[in-house]
Amino acid sequence: MLKPDILLSGPPRVDHLLIAEMVTPGSRVLDVGCGDGELLQLLSAHKDIDGRGVELSRDRVNACVTRGLSVIQGDADEDLADYPDQAFDYAILSLTIQATRYPKIVLENLLRIGRHAIVSFPNFGHWRIRTQLMFAGRMPQTPNLPEPWYASPDAHLCTIKDFVDLVKLVDAVVESAVAFNTSGRRLPIRRSLSLQNLFGEKAVFLLSSHSEP
Amino acid sequence: MNTAPAKTFDGSEGLRTIEANKPSSKVLHLPESEPLRLACDQLLAPVSIAYETYGELNAAKSNAILVCHALTGDQYVASTHPVTKKPGWWQTLVGPGKPIDTNRFFVICPNILGGCMGSTGPASVDPKTQRPYGLNFPVITIRDMVNAQARLIDHLGIDQLFCVVGGSMGGMQVLEWAAHHTDRVFSAVPIATAALHSSQNIAFHEVGRQAVMADPDWCGGDYHAHGKVPRNGLAVARMAAHITYLSEEALHHKFGRSLQKRSKLTFSFNADFQVESYLRHQGSTFVDRFDPNSYLYITRAMDYFDLAVEHGDILANAFRGTKTRFCVVSFTSDWLYPTRESREIVHALNAVAANVSFVEIETNNGHDSFLLEESEFFATVRGFLNAAGVKRGLKV
Repeated sequence: MLKPDILLSGPPRVDHLLIAEMVTPGSRVLDVGCGDGELLQLLSAHKDIDGRGVELSRDRVNACVTRGLSVIQGDADEDLADYPDQAFDYAILSLTIQATRYPKIVLENLLRIGRHAIVSFPNFGHWRIRTQLMFAGRMPQTPNLPEPWYASPDAHLCTIKDFVDLVKLVDAVVESAVAFNTSGRRLPIRRSLSLQNLFGEKAVFLLSSHSEP
Repeated sequence: MNTAPAKTFDGSEGLRTIEANKPSSKVLHLPESEPLRLACDQLLAPVSIAYETYGELNAAKSNAILVCHALTGDQYVASTHPVTKKPGWWQTLVGPGKPIDTNRFFVICPNILGGCMGSTGPASVDPKTQRPYGLNFPVITIRDMVNAQARLIDHLGIDQLFCVVGGSMGGMQVLEWAAHHTDRVFSAVPIATAALHSSQNIAFHEVGRQAVMADPDWCGGDYHAHGKVPRNGLAVARMAAHITYLSEEALHHKFGRSLQKRSKLTFSFNADFQVESYLRHQGSTFVDRFDPNSYLYITRAMDYFDLAVEHGDILANAFRGTKTRFCVVSFTSDWLYPTRESREIVHALNAVAANVSFVEIETNNGHDSFLLEESEFFATVRGFLNAAGVKRGLKV
């Protein structure tokens, strides 16, 4: 496990720590939807990466650049097409894919731009969501997905099983996959997904477009 | 034209003519034996480059920042202007403890080729004729300006600039530096600029030039010989241009329909409205410090700028293989160099996987925002330079 970064305001997110474990030191990283740059800063501090970010919110971009990170204002749907093939070792999309307009195209772009793609997302198959929908008959609101349906930016929520289907559809290879439960404990995704799809609140997938030797 | 600022000769023109040939600043004189080959394929010699420096160059010569000025700027970025006696045009950004911190960085600001504050331009005396060049001065380009600056950087013994910074036409020079002197630019900050001059911008420039040339005192460009200055023409050019530097919102906020020192309309063509009075003032003060022919030449250089067309119409090709760290800045209310055009630069840089940051600053001050103290903009420049400084191994 990595030590928490003392420069960061709070403790690092569990999914960020996992991503940091997946990334090889010294690699080139593109973080799409980089927010305040927490992950980029974590990776710079611990993995000596050459990092870039893309972020939709102007205020967050300015905060990132002020902190010395290389970040542009843009979004995953519009701005990924410009990047050349295999420009990065890792193209990361952290808790953002569900908010994109065209998740399939975004995923294809990530796999084209990066030798590896790392995608994390909230799992809509989590038991809490299933029970809310079943018993309340309304769109679920959880600490992980707090906004009501009309205010949520999440246009394309999916379950872990749904995501695995998309990975197959775009012909990508799963190198590793981990789900987190509500208390942040890791539930490695093995052959059967059903349990993880029920207890995993978030999932992180390390993908590549072809099998690495 | 009776509505234009009527101003009699007050000595500032004499001072301006002196500054054009014997500037108060430092000057590099390139001799006849070191001509500058221009884009128009002419050789220009001798060439003078007037410049100011601030701060100290470190032993490794790794802390130099080149500041490129805009259309009507000059080398006095952070010191008093010798003609207007006003503070430096970017004194809020450049200085001790400022975002471009002269306690840390060695700041160089040259007057551009074609300018009128001591670098060779149409107001300079042609040594062959002992008269001002006037329209005998060759038409120059942004690339020519940058090549002249490169000679100055050679002269200062600097291999690689830590950063090249500039707004508007200064930003064009930044892009030109990054595209054609790639290895000499560690980091680059193009602000409120574009990789090519738009049709609308060319159109505004043409209006300005026509205003100058329509003034009978322009004398076919030979006004020096006739002891005249096309004051009215240049003032109108400046007034029209000044509108493009602001925004509708800024004008409305600043002036609205307020009347100038009167309580009712005068039913005349006097400056009833504050905005008219303001523009007239902008026009007349500009004429005091700027050479009309210089204005023609520099606007032309901007019109000719198109970084993509030199690279097979693909802007990304201009930056292929670049190792420079870029920070592109635009302003929301800038309609002269809108964010869209900055974004095109960013897309081109992304296409070659360059190291680029891009910040759009929210403000209603229009294109002029880059000259104003916008705290978010200043924080961006400071943050970017600090991070680049760490990569460059500069002391914090």
